[in-house]
Amino acid sequence: MTKLAAKNHIVGLKCKECARRYPETALHVCEFCFGPLEVEYDYEVICQRASRKAIEAGPRSMWRYKDFLPVQPDDQLVDIGAGLTPLVRSKNLAEALGLDQLYLKNDCVNPTYSFKDRPVSVAATKALEFGFEILSCASTGNLAGAVAAHAARAGVRSFIFVPSNLEAGKILGAAIYDPVLVAVDGNYDQVNRLCSEIADRYHWAFVNINMRPYYAEGSKTLAFEVAEQLGWRAPDHVVVPVASGSMFTKIWKGFQELAKTELLPERLPRMSVAQALGCSPIATAYFNGTFNVKPVIPDTIAKSLAIGNPADGYYDLKIIEESGGAAETATDEEIVDGIKLLAQTEGIFAETAGGVTIACLKKLIASGKVRRDELVVAYITGNGLKTQEAVADQVAPAIQVGPTLTSFEEAFCKLDHPANVAAVA
Amino acid sequence: MARVRVKFTFPPMLIKEPVIHNMSMQHNLVTNIRRANVTKDKGWVVLELEGAQDAIDGAIASVTAMGVRVDPVEGDVIEG
Ligand SMILES: Cc1ncc(COP(=O)(O)O)c(C=O)c1O
Ligand SMILES: [Zn+2]
Repeated sequence: MTKLAAKNHIVGLKCKECARRYPETALHVCEFCFGPLEVEYDYEVICQRASRKAIEAGPRSMWRYKDFLPVQPDDQLVDIGAGLTPLVRSKNLAEALGLDQLYLKNDCVNPTYSFKDRPVSVAATKALEFGFEILSCASTGNLAGAVAAHAARAGVRSFIFVPSNLEAGKILGAAIYDPVLVAVDGNYDQVNRLCSEIADRYHWAFVNINMRPYYAEGSKTLAFEVAEQLGWRAPDHVVVPVASGSMFTKIWKGFQELAKTELLPERLPRMSVAQALGCSPIATAYFNGTFNVKPVIPDTIAKSLAIGNPADGYYDLKIIEESGGAAETATDEEIVDGIKLLAQTEGIFAETAGGVTIACLKKLIASGKVRRDELVVAYITGNGLKTQEAVADQVAPAIQVGPTLTSFEEAFCKLDHPANVAAVA
Repeated sequence: MARVRVKFTFPPMLIKEPVIHNMSMQHNLVTNIRRANVTKDKGWVVLELEGAQDAIDGAIASVTAMGVRVDPVEGDVIEG
């Protein structure tokens, strides 16, 4: 027993392509084949430690699944309360879509209002363990805020690289945590390239470059929580908004790990990809029946999903095939309709990525790829207050009245709204 | 001497062309292919280019002009 407790649950890093092994360091690409590296675990050790009971008694955050995350027992967790977000049983939206059982994983309510707090919490913890003093990333929004906030909590400096044409409003959500914000003259693609070069030269922890294998693992908690919140069962089908494709692979890995450690029965969910039509390289490959993802130049209002060259696209397609899932796309108009539908049926205001998920779910149901009798979970990964421009011209203006009852009632009578009929009667 | 790791994604019309060979001859680079997936109409190659920095920049510019997409091997960095 003591022997097991002392045993490390992390084996190291392993290349996803050639299976070469590397020690647990800040490394993300295989030296031999340049394939991506992934954290490898000793599941026997995890199996001994983790139980449903222990998890349920754990902290009320994603860190209740610490045994499944790539951190050491004595690590100082950089925890600002990410995770354990609500899994909402949908009634109105389920009815509108014609589903028997629909649940919404509401990750809009994380500390910086998107699921990115999960991977960043792991990356920041690991960065401290490795002795980094600077946390960094390239971003256009959600990631920037998550990294700056976690750096503030960890007491380290952060460098956030953004394209210089970014809207001021988007920058504010990161700037408030006082990072060094670097506005780069160039598009997002160019910012990425610059960051790869900087990561090569400087000893900084770039959460989405050299810390990527650890960072990505944080998204597994999106699967763990859903399984626990459903009373320790896997959904039949999940629909996930996809950009680089990383989160999608980790949700799958999360469900697999629960099955592997006997916390869940073997049955795994079908996994479906939701993409914006204006940036849908993975869905396009799926429609064409190929595993060859062709990069595109993004053109969509779903900016958080605008990655034209998705690093994990190939792996996503493999998971779709293995799990019996599908892929779907949503036009800008459908995305806006999806945001409105979700807000107006369930009271959840999601950013454009959530609009993509709902719009794609609707189409997957229409085409029969999501069956009406399946228990479906839709992942809502970011908050609508972050992308207000997307729907600003879509909401009804306020009615203008004077501060008198007469003025109000004059306006009220003209309202074409069921409420006034009821109120007058 | 400089060394970069890149991914070339080829459009269908260039699949049968010796793009990498021509590039390395013209720009005096050593190329080292690590991974590839090329079918009859599309494909990508992950490779390392070694040579003078100017020569590498020139080589990337010239294959890009031909229609090859060049990305860092990291693929696209994860974003939010
Ligand atoms: C809100 C939101 N949802 C989904 C995604 C997609 O995640 P991934 O890049 O892992 O596919 C992102 C970021 O990329 C995001 O910001
Ligand atoms: Zn490898």
